[in-house]
Amino acid sequence: MIVTNIEYVPGKQIVAHYGIVQGSTVRARHAGADFAAGLKNIVGGELKGYTKLLEGARKEALERMVKQAEQLGANAVINVRFATSTITQGAAELMAYGTAVRVE
Amino acid sequence: MDTLISLISIFVLMLLGYSVGSFVEKVHYASVKKRENQFLDLPAITFRKLPQDKEIIDAQFVMGSVVISLDYFKRFLAGLRHIVGGRIKSYETLLDRARREAILRMKEEARKLGADVILNVRFETAGIKKVKRKQKVGCFEVLAYGTAIKFAK
Repeated sequence: MIVTNIEYVPGKQIVAHYGIVQGSTVRARHAGADFAAGLKNIVGGELKGYTKLLEGARKEALERMVKQAEQLGANAVINVRFATSTITQGAAELMAYGTAVRVE
Repeated sequence: MDTLISLISIFVLMLLGYSVGSFVEKVHYASVKKRENQFLDLPAITFRKLPQDKEIIDAQFVMGSVVISLDYFKRFLAGLRHIVGGRIKSYETLLDRARREAILRMKEEARKLGADVILNVRFETAGIKKVKRKQKVGCFEVLAYGTAIKFAK
């Protein structure tokens, strides 16, 4: 499975379009990371716990998108974008979407 | 007496935030500059197509992200700034550091794949806010993503 965020696959020809595919995950922060973040807020800087959490969540969103593309019979997802939205306090939805295509 | 104690604690937190925050910033800028020099041969560009024609053998999605928070001193400075308006320099350096770090993490991922260039790099910034009754905890996520391209040698 090839994933790119440009509208073609370099060195390959698109032979079929399967339309939009998407994957998303909703994550809430856990108390442990929250506590550490509260401490970190005194001195500022990077919140490693959150970085890890969001990175994992984005990878999962990408994986779900790829799974959907596989079901359609595609072998590449092009023009991938990310979107983030806050649903309620302390929970965020991370979404990845793109166009499933077959390339040769 | 109670107000005095809370005033002192705010002052101590601010002092702590300022001294540790500026020290961490200095160290981080030094490491960012050093690593940016190491990655000079792996450019990240915002074009969608390559400027020159080269044979491409691999294209893969790469990303890097950082979550950062503000310290008490910076928040206090920004609060003062809200009265008169203008640039908030303390936030500018923080976001600048975060963006550069995100790009570096993306490049590290691309280097592992043996890429030669990263195409169509995009940024996304998302605020993750939590507002308790009085205390405001503000942090944001900075994400950089693009397509790592490998040339035929």
